[in-house]
Amino acid sequence: MARSLIKVSPKPRRGEVIEIKTLISHEMESGFRHTNTGAAIPRDIITTFVATYNGEEIFAAQLYPAIAANPFITFYTTARESGVLEFRWTGDNGYAATEQVKITVE
Amino acid sequence: MGESGRAKPRAETRREVMRFAGALSFCHLLPAFSVRPAAATPAGLKAAMAMVIGDAKLNVGRVKLEIPPLVENGNTVACAVTVESPMTEKDYVKAIHIFNEKNPQPNVISVKLGPRAGRAAIATRIRLSDSQTVTAVAQMSDGSFWSTSVDVLITLGACLEDPL
Repeated sequence: MARSLIKVSPKPRRGEVIEIKTLISHEMESGFRHTNTGAAIPRDIITTFVATYNGEEIFAAQLYPAIAANPFITFYTTARESGVLEFRWTGDNGYAATEQVKITVE
Repeated sequence: MGESGRAKPRAETRREVMRFAGALSFCHLLPAFSVRPAAATPAGLKAAMAMVIGDAKLNVGRVKLEIPPLVENGNTVACAVTVESPMTEKDYVKAIHIFNEKNPQPNVISVKLGPRAGRAAIATRIRLSDSQTVTAVAQMSDGSFWSTSVDVLITLGACLEDPL
């Protein structure tokens, strides 16, 4: 399980637009590099990132090799009700990681 | 030899430097001499953008792309896109795409948003292999496309200059 960091206001007011910062440790090998002997290093990246809010998709991203190592993505959502934010990263070689954050809307 | 005598060769040195700098600036006009393999060409960029936009008209404006104009290391370049939109059920930003001109692949990221987002803004860190133009395109809920482009100078490129 890869290490990931999520930063989100834990107790937003109802209707408040909240910022969600996500970071996951991943090498994001672009597939365009070569070893000293000239052998191509195969691509190994995270290709998709999806965020859901109580099961409803609020954000989805398709990543390409031009995303830096340890993909960091910031986005926004409206805090409607208390619940669970779930983040899911999937990628090459069957890579999959999930992270959950609980928020309490006041 | 006085002060003026010493000043002369220095002035010539500066002239040399300027001449060299001038020659360098022309290098950018000669993509045929590029040693980079499989770089995304402006044609590749056009094709990638056409995949997203289709036949629709690409307007300029409403999108703000924040990226440092001079970057030391192309391996991580902070990049933020903000789109002017009320983000209501009727009028919102559907998607944001970032493209580059000279990386091996023209796509950088494609993001899907909805009216729930509240604010049409994203931030991420990207790789840039060379000094180039970065373009952000926003797709609105009414089907229109808006874009902006920013020129970025890279001192040390990503991907290709650091073999293992």
